[in-house]
Parts: sequence; C-alpha cells; structure tokens
Amino acid sequence: MLRLVVLVKPVPDPASAAERLLPDGRLDRSAAPAVINGNDEYALEAALKLVEAHGGEIAIVTMAAPVGTETMRKALAMGATRGVLVSDDALAGSDTLSTTRVLAAALRDLEYDLVLAGADTSDAGAGVVHAGIAALLGLPYCSYAARIEPDEASRTVRVRRLSPTGYDLLEAPMPALVVCTQALGEPRYPSLKGIMAARTKEVVTRSLADLGFADGSVGGAVSTTALLDTRPPAARAATRVVREAPDEAARQVVDFLAERRLI
Amino acid sequence: MGGIWVVGGIAPDGALARISTEVATLARSLAGAAGTEATGVVVAADPAPAAEELARYLPRVLAVADSDADPGVHAWAVIAAERIAGLVEADADGGPNLLLMGADPDGRDVAGTLAGLLGWGVLANATGAAWDDGPRIEMSVFGGKLLTTSGFTGPKGIGTVRQTVVTAEPAATAGAVEQVAAAGERRLPAVRVVERVAEAGAAAPIEEAKIIVAGGRGVGGPDGFRLVEELAGALGGAVGASRAAVDSGWIPYAQQIGQTGKIVKPQLYLALGISGAIQHKVGMQTAGTIVAVNRDPDAPIAEFADLVVVGDLFAVAPAILAELRSRSG
Repeated sequence: MLRLVVLVKPVPDPASAAERLLPDGRLDRSAAPAVINGNDEYALEAALKLVEAHGGEIAIVTMAAPVGTETMRKALAMGATRGVLVSDDALAGSDTLSTTRVLAAALRDLEYDLVLAGADTSDAGAGVVHAGIAALLGLPYCSYAARIEPDEASRTVRVRRLSPTGYDLLEAPMPALVVCTQALGEPRYPSLKGIMAARTKEVVTRSLADLGFADGSVGGAVSTTALLDTRPPAARAATRVVREAPDEAARQVVDFLAERRLI
Repeated sequence: MGGIWVVGGIAPDGALARISTEVATLARSLAGAAGTEATGVVVAADPAPAAEELARYLPRVLAVADSDADPGVHAWAVIAAERIAGLVEADADGGPNLLLMGADPDGRDVAGTLAGLLGWGVLANATGAAWDDGPRIEMSVFGGKLLTTSGFTGPKGIGTVRQTVVTAEPAATAGAVEQVAAAGERRLPAVRVVERVAEAGAAAPIEEAKIIVAGGRGVGGPDGFRLVEELAGALGGAVGASRAAVDSGWIPYAQQIGQTGKIVKPQLYLALGISGAIQHKVGMQTAGTIVAVNRDPDAPIAEFADLVVVGDLFAVAPAILAELRSRSG
C-alpha cells in the first residue's frame, strides 16, 4: 500500500494561445481555459500506475483560486483518491518562494510515502518549487525521473534520473519527493466511470490561517520578485515559400543556407 | 560580501558544465555594469578541475571540497546547494546579492534548494540580463509570445540562465582559485547514485548544437530518422525530434524539443515533417534561422519559419543531401 501525493497546478491551456497578463502583471486566469499542467499529468499518471501495481491512494494537492477545484475534478476523474485545495485571496500574485512555503505547509499535514511533482509548469515554468519543498521538509529529492520503483519492504525508492548521456539510478529512503518527466509515459484519459466517481470524491479547502500562516507572511503582498516591463518579441521576417520540384527546391535551400553562412 | 556569485555546475566527467562558462560570462558583464565583483563557487569531491576552468572566466573562484559531492556517488545538486547556503550564512555580509546558475536540470535543482534554504526569490530561465539599480532579468513567457523584464523586491535573489543566452568568452586574465573550508553541517539527506548508465546511441546534447535537424510525425518511423541523421551528419549538426516522434518510440526522449522537452536556440533549425504546434514552437522559435520541409503549406510552422519547402520530405531531404555533397565535393 503506497500513500502518494501529487502536486497539481491548473495552468492556462497552452494550446489555446490565449494566455495573457493583467495590467498589474499577474496572470489573467480568465483569458484561457484552465487545464492540468502537462508535466503534472505525467506525475499523476505515474502515481496511478504505482497504485495499480502496489495498491494505495493518491491525494492531489493544488494551490489555486477556488475555481481550481474544476481542474482537480479532472485529476480525480483520472483516478486520484481525494484532493486538498489551498486557496486564499492573499495568495494571488504569489512568487515561487510563497508557493514553495505554502505547498510545504500543506504537505506537513499529510502522511505519504512519495510526493510526485511535474518537472516544471507551462505558465511560469521556473522548475524550482519542488526542490525548495524538499529542502524545507528535509525530504530526499530525486529529480527528472524516467522510472520510479518503490520497494515497500525496504522502505526505499529507486528512481532513474535522466542524465545528458543516459540515466543515473538513484536510491533514497521513503518518504521522498520525486520530480516527474514525460519519459514516465502518456497520461490516460478519464473514463466515464471515473468522471462519475470524481463528483463525489472529497476535496477539502484549506486557507492560509488553516495552515498556520500569519497574515502577510506569504502571498502576493510579500512577493520577492516584481514584473517591471513587458514587450512583444521582435517579429520574424516573412516566410519564403518554395514550391519547386525536389532538386530545384534543394538547390534553393542550400543557396539560402550559404547566403546566411550556415554551411 | 555583496556582488554576484556564479554556481559552477559539474559535468559527468567532473569537468565544469559548459553552461557555467556562459553564466560566468554574463555575470562578468553584469558585475561590470553594477560596479561589483563576480565570484565563482564550485562544490565537488575534487573541485580543482572545474574551479580552474571557471577561473578562466571570473577574477575569483571559491573551491569547496566535499567528498559526498561526487556525481558518481550522490545526486550532486542538493549537496552543492547546502554547501553554498553554508558559505552565504557564514559570510559577514550575508553572501552575494545575486546567485546565478544555469537553467539546466542541475542548476534548477540547486536554485530551488537554495531558495528553500535561504528564503530568497528566484527569477528563472533568463533569456537575458542587465543591471539598472539591481539585476533586470529578461524572460520569455507564454510560449514566446511575450518578453518580460523583472527584478527582485529585496536586496537578494537567485537567477537561472538558459543555455546559449550569451557566448562564453574567457576573461583577459585568469582569476585566482581559493580553497574554502565547508561551513556548517549538512542536514538534508544525500541521495545515493547506485549506478550511472550510459545509453547506447546517446547523441551529443542538443542544447549545445549550433545546427539541429529535427524530425516529426511526418518522418513516419525509425527508418525515416536515418534520413534525419544523415542530413544532420552532412550539416555537422545534432538530431532533434518533436513529441510525436518521441511518443512513437522512434527516437529517445533526450532528443525531444518543446514544452515538455528541451528548449534550444541553434543557428540553424531544419525541421522535417514537423507541423510546428505551439508545444513544439516553444522549444525552438528563437533559432537563428528556421527551415522547414512539410507537405502541408498550412502547417503552423509555415507561419514562423524563414523558409518553407512545400513538398515530400522523402524526396526533398535526399535532394538537399545530394546538393550539399556536390558542393562540398
């Protein structure tokens, strides 16, 4: 029996291409439909496979506005057992440090063998929150996992960490925090049965006060970073389209590369 | 102490990670603009080789020896971060104002661990940096649709820098390496490396390649990738892939470019049978020159490539190969 926690973040759907910022520099969460962050779906899929193999349960932990429960329902429909939503008006505009502290505090209230997190997010994408959580909680930290093999008898987990030339096989005692990548496998689609079951699964909401934070100790008001300026990227030059037959097209391509001194 | 510290990454063979030479070059120019000093920090079981290499770029490098910080024995990043946090806490002036490192996997792990230990903010994946009464970090967000400039609200912060943001340039004169004793106790658990496995056919890291030839769904299968490899060979480039090709098992995940793969910025990106959906575009849109071969003239890649050949890649790619060979012969 494994007790797993998966950190799940709702992000604006990157495929919508409709993401934008509010005038104050915060993410406009009404501009694009929210979806589960791509890398978090790999973490959830990995958790579901582990529970299929070992038995156990999966709690998902999300820090978001109250509307975040909609995204959590999809994670529950995929097969997670229950959800914890940390939601508080003061969290709007949180930086990575506040996010790290709040998620670490939420985890302190849970019992688990493994915490699984996605390698980074498609909106802010810093990819640093999970390492910070492991440091705050003193958890063994195994990042960039391509395979996760817990051994309940020895209370250890073996993780293949992707390296530039292959992988490093890591071994850590449980509980541990594991950072997940796409190499763990494609996420499943929720079944109709899963969607029905998700409606009645438990989602508890915790405020900052519930987690023991004093007013003004975390959140947007104490952000360590500030957005100063935004601008669109320089536009690329117009595309040249070549429709000639292969030999002539190839000649034009190679001429083009030679003009740009790329060959 | 103030100033800027550059965390030196350690490559699998114990040498300095290449990205650290780029970060050091950027830090040197930031320190010049800020009127402060850029200092390197290397933590390893034997920090000498990497520290000496980093000192080619920076006036001063602190070398901290910790026998546990051997990437063949333990996961390196958390140990290195704890040692660096120890130096910061032991420093009379509270360490540097800016801690910079690469945005590669090890750099991100170090940055996140340091943020947790020190309680400093992080500005991640910088695509550029300047100094104007503090660091000004440029980042690319929403799949490259928007560039942002951000700063820290307090005196101290951590930044991670993407690959190929600057070209590494050694300083006019090499700096000095100082052996520094590790300060304080490490408290975080060290994760053991049981085995390092090199996978057959692991290609050159695509993040460092000046030329990338990439294949997508249109390549059709592992045999199609021979053509991609051949063209990459003829151009002296590396082989990349879209997620569709990786998901189909035609090429390892290490070669994937895009949202859930790698972000690259080569001088030339030649895309074969890649439609250029947003998830892929995110990973390669800042390439110097983008050339695509695609059967579909309405594929998204036709909107942002510099040149698109509308045609069958199985006819066009061999023709390009032949043309390249006839000119070099």
